[in-house]
Amino acid sequence: MNPALSVIFFTTLSGAGYGLLAWTALAALLGQPARPLLVSLAVALALVSAGLLSSLAHLGKPRRAWRALSQWRTSWLSREGVASLLTYVPALLLAVALLPGMISADASGSVVALNLVGRLVALALIASALATVACTAMIYACLKPIPAWRHRLVVPMYLLFALLCGGLSALALLHAPTRTPWLMLAGLGAIGLATCKWLYWRDIDRTALPATRGDAVGLPARTVTVFERPHTEANYLTREMAFVLARRQATPLRWLATVLFALLPIACLLFVWFNGGGAAWFAAAAVSSMGGAFVERWLFFAQARHLVTLYY
Amino acid sequence: MTSLPPPSRKKLGLVIDLDTCVGCHACAVGCKEWNAGGIAGPLTDSDPYGKEPSGVWFNRVHSYELEATSACGGATPVAAQPAQTLHFPRSCLHCETPACVTVCPTGASYKRGEDGIVLVDEDKCIGCGLCAWACPYGAREMSPVEGVMKKCTLCVDRIYNENLPEAEREPACVQVCPTRARHFGDLGDPDSAVSKLVAERGGVALMPELGYQPVNRYLPPRTRRVGGEEAVVETADNPVAPSWLTRILRR
Amino acid sequence: MREPQLNLSPSPGDEVRTTTCYMCACRCGIKVWLADGRIRYIQGNPEHPVNRGVLCAKGAAGIMQHYSPARLNKPMLRVGERGSGEFREIEWEDALQLATDWLAPVRARNPDELAFFTGRDQSQALTGWWAQQFGTINYAAHGGFCSVNMAAAGLYTLGGSFWEFGEPDWEHTRYLMLWGVAEDHDSNPIKLGLGKLKARGAKVVAINPVRSGYGAIADEWIGIRPGTDGLFAFALIHELLRHDRIDLDYLVRYANAHWLVVRNPGASDDGLFARDAAGQPQCWDNGAGAACDAGAVDINPAIVGEFTLPDGRSAVPVFQLVADRYLDPRYSPDAVSERCGIPADTIRRIARELAAAAFDSNVSLPIAWTDSWGREHAEMVGRPVSMHAMRGISAHSNGFHTCRALHLLQLLLGAVDTPGSFRFQPPYPKPIPPGNRPGRARGDNGALDAGPLGFVHGPEDLLVDADGGPRRIDHAFSWAYPLAAHGMLHTVIRNAHAANAQADGAQRIDTLLLFMANMSWNSAMNPRETMHWLTDKDADGAYRIPHIIYSDAYASEMVAYADLVLPDTTYLERFDALSLLDRPITDADGVADAIRHPIFDPATQAEGRDVRGFQSALLDLGARLGLPGMVHADGSPLYADYADYLVRHERSPGVGTLAGWRGVDGSQSGKGAPNPRQLDAYIANNGYWREELPAHARYYKMANRGYLEWARRFGFVGGTEPIVMQLYSETLQKFRLAANGHGAVQPPAEHRTRVATYFDPLPIWYEPFEGEQTGADAFPLSAVTQRPMFMYHAWGSQNAWSRQIATRNWLYLHPDTGMRFGITDEDWIHVTSHHGSITVQAKFAANVQPDTVWSWNAIGKRKRAWALAKDAPEAGKGFLLNHLISDITPRGDYANADPVTGQAAWFDLRVSIGKATAPAGGESAPQFAPLAFATAKDSPLRYGAGMRNRQHASKARPDRKRP
Ligand SMILES: Nc1nc2c(c(=O)[nH]1)N[C@H]1C(S)=C(S)[C@@H](COP(=O)(O)OP(=O)(O)OC[C@H]3O[C@@H](n4cnc5c(=O)[nH]c(N)nc54)[C@H](O)[C@@H]3O)O[C@H]1N2
Ligand SMILES: Nc1nc2c(c(=O)[nH]1)N[C@H]1C(S)=C(S)[C@@H](COP(=O)(O)OP(=O)(O)OC[C@H]3O[C@@H](n4cnc5c(=O)[nH]c(N)nc54)[C@H](O)[C@@H]3O)O[C@H]1N2
Ligand code: SF4
Ligand code: SF4
Ligand code: SF4
Ligand code: SF4
Ligand code: SF4
Ligand SMILES: [Mo]
Repeated sequence: MNPALSVIFFTTLSGAGYGLLAWTALAALLGQPARPLLVSLAVALALVSAGLLSSLAHLGKPRRAWRALSQWRTSWLSREGVASLLTYVPALLLAVALLPGMISADASGSVVALNLVGRLVALALIASALATVACTAMIYACLKPIPAWRHRLVVPMYLLFALLCGGLSALALLHAPTRTPWLMLAGLGAIGLATCKWLYWRDIDRTALPATRGDAVGLPARTVTVFERPHTEANYLTREMAFVLARRQATPLRWLATVLFALLPIACLLFVWFNGGGAAWFAAAAVSSMGGAFVERWLFFAQARHLVTLYY
Repeated sequence: MTSLPPPSRKKLGLVIDLDTCVGCHACAVGCKEWNAGGIAGPLTDSDPYGKEPSGVWFNRVHSYELEATSACGGATPVAAQPAQTLHFPRSCLHCETPACVTVCPTGASYKRGEDGIVLVDEDKCIGCGLCAWACPYGAREMSPVEGVMKKCTLCVDRIYNENLPEAEREPACVQVCPTRARHFGDLGDPDSAVSKLVAERGGVALMPELGYQPVNRYLPPRTRRVGGEEAVVETADNPVAPSWLTRILRR
Repeated sequence: MREPQLNLSPSPGDEVRTTTCYMCACRCGIKVWLADGRIRYIQGNPEHPVNRGVLCAKGAAGIMQHYSPARLNKPMLRVGERGSGEFREIEWEDALQLATDWLAPVRARNPDELAFFTGRDQSQALTGWWAQQFGTINYAAHGGFCSVNMAAAGLYTLGGSFWEFGEPDWEHTRYLMLWGVAEDHDSNPIKLGLGKLKARGAKVVAINPVRSGYGAIADEWIGIRPGTDGLFAFALIHELLRHDRIDLDYLVRYANAHWLVVRNPGASDDGLFARDAAGQPQCWDNGAGAACDAGAVDINPAIVGEFTLPDGRSAVPVFQLVADRYLDPRYSPDAVSERCGIPADTIRRIARELAAAAFDSNVSLPIAWTDSWGREHAEMVGRPVSMHAMRGISAHSNGFHTCRALHLLQLLLGAVDTPGSFRFQPPYPKPIPPGNRPGRARGDNGALDAGPLGFVHGPEDLLVDADGGPRRIDHAFSWAYPLAAHGMLHTVIRNAHAANAQADGAQRIDTLLLFMANMSWNSAMNPRETMHWLTDKDADGAYRIPHIIYSDAYASEMVAYADLVLPDTTYLERFDALSLLDRPITDADGVADAIRHPIFDPATQAEGRDVRGFQSALLDLGARLGLPGMVHADGSPLYADYADYLVRHERSPGVGTLAGWRGVDGSQSGKGAPNPRQLDAYIANNGYWREELPAHARYYKMANRGYLEWARRFGFVGGTEPIVMQLYSETLQKFRLAANGHGAVQPPAEHRTRVATYFDPLPIWYEPFEGEQTGADAFPLSAVTQRPMFMYHAWGSQNAWSRQIATRNWLYLHPDTGMRFGITDEDWIHVTSHHGSITVQAKFAANVQPDTVWSWNAIGKRKRAWALAKDAPEAGKGFLLNHLISDITPRGDYANADPVTGQAAWFDLRVSIGKATAPAGGESAPQFAPLAFATAKDSPLRYGAGMRNRQHASKARPDRKRP
């Protein structure tokens, strides 16, 4: 599939944003000072909004984007749209809940205790943020013509990426201390994600398309090769679906992604664990993981073969 | 209309005879011609006279080579087939359960309840491209200029068109096809000419395992009759005594 | 949500006009729907006899042809150097006056100094007549490089031919052999026919080195080595003879199998038919034991044996000669198998299948008919084997004889114009050879005594000078190419350039007038030198060929080489006639002709568009020159324009260009006085006129009294005598005798062996010249082209829709061949012939005979021609094989052509291939300087947007953000 930058930006940024929203809400539940929480919320919403705006660039008719909310009964894209917008509601409500703490004298010090409504809002935010990411993943995972995207790890991976990128950002924004179990969790998350990703890559490398060119033309018993394409130059289909990336080119990119989303962040975490240093290192880890997610997302598209390529 | 309507009795579609198709591209161009000014027009062409011309086509004709096969015995023995060249026109199959419709976030993509034709309502389409991803058969074409998705309409503006003589109420691609390899009709009606043709010739749906339930059918190439070379052993020693030496001819 | 409301009955257009397509020469009927004064849609006309409603890809793309940005809009005068493409627009009055100023002195001095050659011309009835009235012998259309081998072999053998002058009996045939056909002129009828055969389960065999198109759907593909079809046919004949599976009765009734051939070695009558005092060919009647008129009936003609004629000479029947020759073991399947690349068993099997289909399928039609001799037959016995052959046979230097071999095969099977076989389309069959001989002398009014093209009957009809040298600039009808019935367009430019360098000026060409032929590019052999000859200058700085006038409708490569360009209309803006005098639309069951008529006034089609149909311009020019038949006695023009000419011109009393609705009241057909309302009648009848043959006249036309009487009414035949098909050609033997020193007109010494060799009265096979003269070691592969079904020669590339299908071409080769030459798929390669080298991209395809490489014809374009962008793939990656094809033989002694007919031997090409480094910029070689033509706008083409919105209100406007 053609790795369209707008879509890759969208899923990377909004994924990180929703992850961050979820972690921020959790932090609010667990009790954190208001100002960093609000900053974190603001950053998360900025990421999410930037992502959503970027996704508009992918549309042929961006001004009609609102129409995309209508088909939530069947369409994961529609559901994602609805969920992404719905998520603004608890996010903004949480911000409102945090405002009193923000204007208090000790905004960065004293912990905000949420009332019941505030807690429900935070829980709703966690749920809707993660649901949005799951919907995004399902847009891809429901497409039968692209077997690589139907892999069972696609939804978990999208969630893990959101949680990792968001989590590392949260560590930075919420001034996490040098040694907390959260660091370990982040490190384990990175390792888990890397494992998932490599399993996924191994699988897609090993799995041929579930149909042959013979099947595609209705002659499953025959061995079919292309003689002439319908048109000698590229068309929408070949540009959009028949993007080919050689295995040779993919391997270094896979390592680059892994280094960026897992190894470098883990190194940062370890550095902080042993040497201290805090926010700057967490920020570096977060940026690195988003860079990794970006590369990974690019590969997610570039290495996914659409069945229509059988015809070409 | 992203939800699919209840299955219709009428299932309009095409039957394409791969045994007869010579790959002339008439159906592809004929389609473009009718539809350019038709209900799904224009079929915009970018860079039409330049380096990378690229346009919207609802129908594209591929050419393939088929490797030779050897004979198989068994219950239904299959004759050995020589290598062949296959021409294969590809357009929307008007599937019965098409994900191109259900993935559409706007309802622009829909399947007509009455006859099963799958269409795009361009006024609702946001050009997200998802339906094209969801179509395994490559039947959807984004027009980057209009920013909307387009596709084969099964010539919905011809087949019911009361301004056309009744005999011409058929898709443009069917009307043009010079070998008459394309047929149009109701595949939901087992007694229709197309259904009978499919039954008689063993017409197939493409990649049925994907579950889209295409309505269109392709008629596979007939078994080639190349003839066994073994039949008669003749040598220069056993010529027939020619009758012309003896026969009395009359003029 | 509710489904949107759709307008399911939009209007297909404001009005509809019926006319004839000219996206190619097939002449299908079309209906052109108009909306807001533009073309909404072009469809095949279901009422039309040619295409019955279907349309091909080219025809459907007609909209884009009509609105092509490459259209010429105004007469142009060259301002830059020839070949640069720099022009200024001038007025028609100035253009025609200039042409008159050039041509009037030519006509006064020596009309032959005008060489008038036309290409894809469908108005040869006019252009040939115009040349005749001008008085030049130097006229021809494109047939000489196209398929004159088919025409000549057919007309000298059967009285009709393949090409578009005959057709398989699609309704009844059981077995069709397609020899070297990719598309042909009968594009849609052939496809319709193939569809019928497939539906009926008839067997289709494609003999072709490439398996594409028709070959793809054939039951059997015979991947023959190019140039060897004659051998294959001989082996089939050998088998049929050996197994006595031939139709002897047919051969003596309808062919000359029993005619006696004089055996008198060394004498001037050797090999001629034994004739009685009245000149009637003789046969031996076994009943009477005596020679008698071969045309007599109720006799027992001998077909074998040697007989002594009353005058003591010895003679043998034709059939004896046939059997002797083709039973020879060198034509056995085993002997030819290796060279043809066809297993001997396959050849034997095909022979059996042919015989079985012809003789065992018992097809006969219960239609009573009367033969030429007045005998009644209760039924029409069928031989349901049909053949169709085209340029795969004809575009070789052995094509004439190969085509004759196919006709011999058909005749032995009794499969000519019988139910299920190949059928004649009226006006064929014609007497053998046809009566019209080429014009040779000018009368007092300066006009030629006959049309410049025709059929020679013997050496005395050749157009040679006192020394036996060619009189025509193209050397047609000379000793080098005696039966060049269609002229030789492929030799004109070289010869004109050479002749103008001769001090004596004997064959000087002052003006080259070309129409509709892209002679500096895809229709040239050796385009590079052709461009040089067109632009070469004498020492005084003047162009060697002083004047070039060209009429084209589009900015083709050839336009750049003209001094004066006469812009033609598109096919929807003019009158045309598809005349019985030229290339009508007849079919085997009826006679028909057709017209095109203007759907649009050109002036309304583009700002400043000021174009004229070439035929009208030609008549205007003729009137300005005062040509006989084109002016009144007072010198004023006789015809207002071509339409006026079509209605009023009579070739002979009652015979005009169009056969329908003649007579003052339009009640006559065939012959009749001019009818002022004739064109209206055509327009009202879908643009055509057709008269169906009565059922009893549809087969056995060569000897069917009903048919011949009917045909005589139209003037197709002079009388009702049977047309006897010629297995053995006495005409050819006359040339051979001349070469052997007999007769009044004899070839000069240098041509004698050639004429003696290739004028064999029975079909022969020989290695095509290029292969023979270069050797298989240096150039081990054959290289051929095929017509793409979606494009017509060079025309298609200006068409926004057609060009998207193939914007470039590759050289296709078998993967094994690639391996043999160290080439991998999509490598760039050098392709080299004895004549030149090109660098192109290769592509593997296993559907080709491994000793053959091929490409689509005429995809490669010159940079900036056809209004295409400079970086268009047609010019960058596309290529022509023509750069490898020499216009003369490797030995340089003759044109690269058939020695009998002068047919260009395009497919004799032999090449070697080798891996090349990918060229910088990825461009094929050679490349030539870009032409200074305007290029089309690069904005997206949204044809039909307005029409759609009128019928189906939509908000889907172009998105301004996205270019
Ligand atoms: N390598 C190779 N070369 C070949 C052949 C091959 O098989 N292989 N085939 C040969 C054969 S058989 C042929 S017939 C020739 C064909 O070659 P050409 O006769 O040159 O055919 P085109 O290039 O189609 O068209 C000739 C010109 O007609 C112009 N034209 C189109 N429409 C009109 C019109 O309405 N009016 C006027 N005045 N001009 C118009 C076009 O713009 C073009 O410049 O090519 C020959 N060349
Ligand atoms: N679409 C389209 N239609 C056209 C034209 C066009 O340009 N486009 N051009 C028109 C014109 S001018 C012409 S002359 C006709 C020509 O019509 P065709 O005769 O059908 O023309 P070609 O494409 O030259 O096909 C020649 C075929 O012969 C095969 N061949 C080559 N050498 C040999 C051989 O030695 N033996 C055998 N058996 N086969 C061989 C080639 O592979 C090819 O398939 O088409 C006319 N129709
Ligand atoms: S072929 Fe593709 S576009 Fe057409 S209905 Fe089926 S899935 Fe949808
Ligand atoms: S491109 Fe248009 S029709 Fe396709 S899914 Fe998106 S909105 Fe629906
Ligand atoms: S049915 Fe109509 S829209 Fe569909 S491919 Fe055929 S011509 Fe085109
Ligand atoms: S028009 Fe008919 S023969 Fe031609 S490509 Fe289409 S289906 Fe095949
Ligand atoms: S075959 Fe095609 S291009 Fe030629 S006349 Fe017929 S419709 Fe037109
Ligand atoms: Mo031709």
